[in-house]
Order: sequence, then structure tokens, then C-alpha cells
Amino acid sequence: MASDTLSGAPRTDAELSGLDALEIAGRQKTTTRAARLWSATWPKLAALAIALGAWQLVVWSGWKPEYSLPGPVTVGQELLRQAGTDQLWQGLATTLRRAAVGYLFSVGVGLLVGLAVARSRVLRAAIGSMITALQTMPSIAWFPLAILLFELSEKAIFFVVVLGAAPSIANGVISGVDYVPPLLVRAGRNLGARGLNLYRYVIAPAALPAIVAGLKQGWAFSWRSLMAGELIVVGISTTSLGAQLTYARELSDAPWLLGTMIVILVVGLLVDAAFGAADQAIRRRWGVLDQAGS
Amino acid sequence: MTSTTTAPRSATGSVALRGVTKVYGHGDQAVLALDEVSLDVEPGEFVCLVGASGCGKSTLLNLVAGLDGVSGGRIELGHGVNPGLMFQESALFPWLTVEANVEVPLRLRRLPRAERRAKVAELLRTVHLADFGRKRPHQLSGGMRQRVALARTLALDTPVLLMDEPFGALDAMTRDILHDELERIWSERKLTVLFVTHNVREAARLADRIILLSSRPGRIIWSTRVDVPRPRRIDSPEVATIAAEVTDRLRTEVGRHGQ
Repeated sequence: MASDTLSGAPRTDAELSGLDALEIAGRQKTTTRAARLWSATWPKLAALAIALGAWQLVVWSGWKPEYSLPGPVTVGQELLRQAGTDQLWQGLATTLRRAAVGYLFSVGVGLLVGLAVARSRVLRAAIGSMITALQTMPSIAWFPLAILLFELSEKAIFFVVVLGAAPSIANGVISGVDYVPPLLVRAGRNLGARGLNLYRYVIAPAALPAIVAGLKQGWAFSWRSLMAGELIVVGISTTSLGAQLTYARELSDAPWLLGTMIVILVVGLLVDAAFGAADQAIRRRWGVLDQAGS
Repeated sequence: MTSTTTAPRSATGSVALRGVTKVYGHGDQAVLALDEVSLDVEPGEFVCLVGASGCGKSTLLNLVAGLDGVSGGRIELGHGVNPGLMFQESALFPWLTVEANVEVPLRLRRLPRAERRAKVAELLRTVHLADFGRKRPHQLSGGMRQRVALARTLALDTPVLLMDEPFGALDAMTRDILHDELERIWSERKLTVLFVTHNVREAARLADRIILLSSRPGRIIWSTRVDVPRPRRIDSPEVATIAAEVTDRLRTEVGRHGQ
């Protein structure tokens, strides 16, 4: 620094770009896609192996008879057999359709309520805390009321799914908008973004990470509510995954029951992974990941 | 200095404050941040506002930028002038590339795509970051981010630049270089600059005129012209002499609050 300020020579562009090069050296991290994929995959494979091993050990221990707790191999064979029939796929289709419809409803309601509450001080005072209260309500406790209101119908299920998921989504929007750095808002306004443009150019993108977190949590709630609903509101459809669980229990068909549970688990995991990927992509783009050192 | 006053658009670059007062809060809680501040900044002039904490420097810039309303008095700008504002932090949008950040004001002004591209490229060349357009702000150093922020502000195509301690968070060497860069861009573009800093050397390095603000409430208590020829060096004896004088005045003002 001393030599810099003492020399009389005029500053050159080379000096400037030299400083730039020095300062950003080592900031770029290059990992190949394959390496990233592998580092994300192997812990999951290991966890799967441990789970299957533990399951097999419990079966071998003879704690329960094979007809009530079959081993992974038996259940795997049952799953393969089911994969060749319509029943599993119809059940999956019914459940996924309900999940999609219920979730989309929840997203719509959650985004609207969240935006309204984030924008209006009066609304926030009125329903802000109610949203959090709703979140603490176990969704299964809504079902008796839902059945009274809508009888044993899909509407009852959707009612509970939306009540379970929308508050999380609304909360994501509210906290996202709340935590938009005021400096970015001032900068945006100075650059000419007013009214809707301020939302489009600054607030919405700045709030996106929190909104995605809310959407992810909302999905988890809606999936759980949906499964609870399908177990309770049986009789309207013979094929949904939840209904199949009930039938399998009534028929004491343990391999069918466990196989269906695995399907439910896998669907949940896959959707969760999709949200996780979206979340990672956003954080990487926003530059949040670099600071965390990952 | 004298060369800048002959700018073609100079008439629009003036900034005038007439008895500007700003009060925050109400009743007993009311705080007088600025008290009857009057100031005339000529087109193309580089004015540094210096003061201790609580002198309302940033408040003043917010008022001139139109981000906040005055409680009393008037602020006069050239017709249709929207001053550009820069902060101590770059305030770049982290979700956009460097190019896209610079493009935001152009998109908000609805310039056609081709024109936007050309303009972004030109602005990035101006701040010597032509090769970094595709980077994201977090991939750049603090000094580079401030240069992107400067390019983004210049994209407003405004004759008035308001700078709120823009180099306060940078190391000395980077700050030196950015002083040179800012001085070059200011004189090339005949900008009017209102520059807030608590660093008196920085003020003496950059300013045509230094204005000292008192604290709580903010009032103009002293001002001086800096007649050191450009280009200046922050460590030159002339700059140091001016800085020492401003420091003495500043100390007297701060001491007043200790009694």
C-alpha cells in the first residue's frame, strides 16, 4: 500500500484489472455435475442400505411372525407383482391427482392470503397470528368437522389439505416480504421501480427463497393431510393409496400394506427432493451458498 | 472544475436546498434531523458533505433523491431530473448478473432491447468491468461491486449523483483507485455530485467544495472551496492541509456535544 501511494506515476488500467484479478482469485469453485450428484446421492444410498438391513434384522430376530412383519425381500416381490397390475397405478394416479389439486388450491390460497397480509397492516394485526395458530393445529383434528360439512367426499379431503398447507405457504410469503432488505427496496425505488414494478423487480425475487421454503413446507403438510384424509374418508374411492392401506390392514395382507407404505414414502421423498433442488438452485444463484461454504 | 461548468446539459444538473427541515417522529419523540439547511450546488460541481454521526447526511441525500419527504423548505432540481443514489453497500440485486443489474433502470425506462444491450456494454466499459458482465455480484470483490453499482446508477442517465459513503467499506488501496475512477467519470460526464463521507481526506481529495454539517440537529456550519488542481493525490501536502483544517473544525463541533 505504501508503495502505491508514494509512487508518482499515474494509475493505469492494468493496475485496476490486476487488483480485480487478485481480489476475486479463489472465489470460483468448479465442481462437475457428476461429482455433485454423487456427493448428494451416496449418503441416501447408505441410509437406504442401513434401513433395509435393520428391517431384515428385526424380521430375523423373530420378534413378530412373518405374516404380520414380512421382510424386505417378500415386500419387494409383492411390490414387483403389484407393479404389473392396474391396482397400484390407479391408486397412485388417484392419490397424485388429489395431491396436485389440493396442493394447487393451497398455493393459490396461501399466496393470496400471504400477499394480502404482508401488504396490509390491518390484515396483519387481524389474521397474522391466526395463520400461525392454524399451523399448530394437527390436520387430522379437522376431519370430523370436514366430514360433517362435506360428508365422505373428496371435498372433505381438500378442505383439510388446504387448511393444513395454505398457512405454511402464506407464512413463507409473509416472512419473505418482511425480510426483503430495505436497502434493496430503496435502491429499486431510486432506479425507478415504483408500485407493481417494485414488486416485480425487487420484492418478489428478493422474497423468493423464503417463498420456496414455504412452498416446500406446505407440500409436506398437504401430503400428510392427504394421507390422513384417505385413511379416514374411505369408501368414496376403492383405489387411492390411503384406501389400499386400509384394505390391506383389514385383509391382514402385510406385504401389500408395507409395499403401499413404501410407495407413499417414495412419492414424498421424490417431491421433497424436487423442492430441495429448486431451493439449492435459488440459493446458489442468490449467492447464499458460497457464504455457507458449500 | 472550470471545464465542467460548460457542460451542454449543465442547467439541469443544479441542486438547490432552500431552508430544508426534516423532523422524524411526533410530539415528545420528535427528532429534528435537519434544521433549515440551504445549499446551492452548481451544475458539474463536486460537493462533499462532512459531519460526525447524527448530522443527517444520509437523511439529506434521501430527501434530494425523493425517497423521503421534507418537513419544511424546498428542494429544487432541474426539470425532470431524478438523481441517482449510491450507498455504502452496493445494493446490487444478488439474483441478477452484473449485466442484468445495470440493465434494470434501462428496462424500467422501457428502452428497446438492442439499445439496452449497447448501453450496458458501454457502461461496463466505463467502469472497466466489460469482462465481468456474466458474473453474479457475490463473485466480485467489494470494490468491483461498487463499480457495478456506479454503472447501474449511471444507467439512469441522470446529471446528479448522490453518494452516501460509497467507499466507506473498502480498503485504502481500492478506495484510492475508485477515487480516480469516480473523478474521471465525473469530469467526462459533467456530473453534479453530492458526496457524503466522514473521511475528511476523501473529501479533500475529491471535492470542489466541502460542507461541514453539525450534529443533532444537522445544520451547515462551515464550508470551504478546495482549490487544489486536479488530478489530486490523497497523500499530497495540499490535500493534507485542507483535510487538517476540516478535521479541526469537525473536532470543535464534536467537542461541543461533550460539554
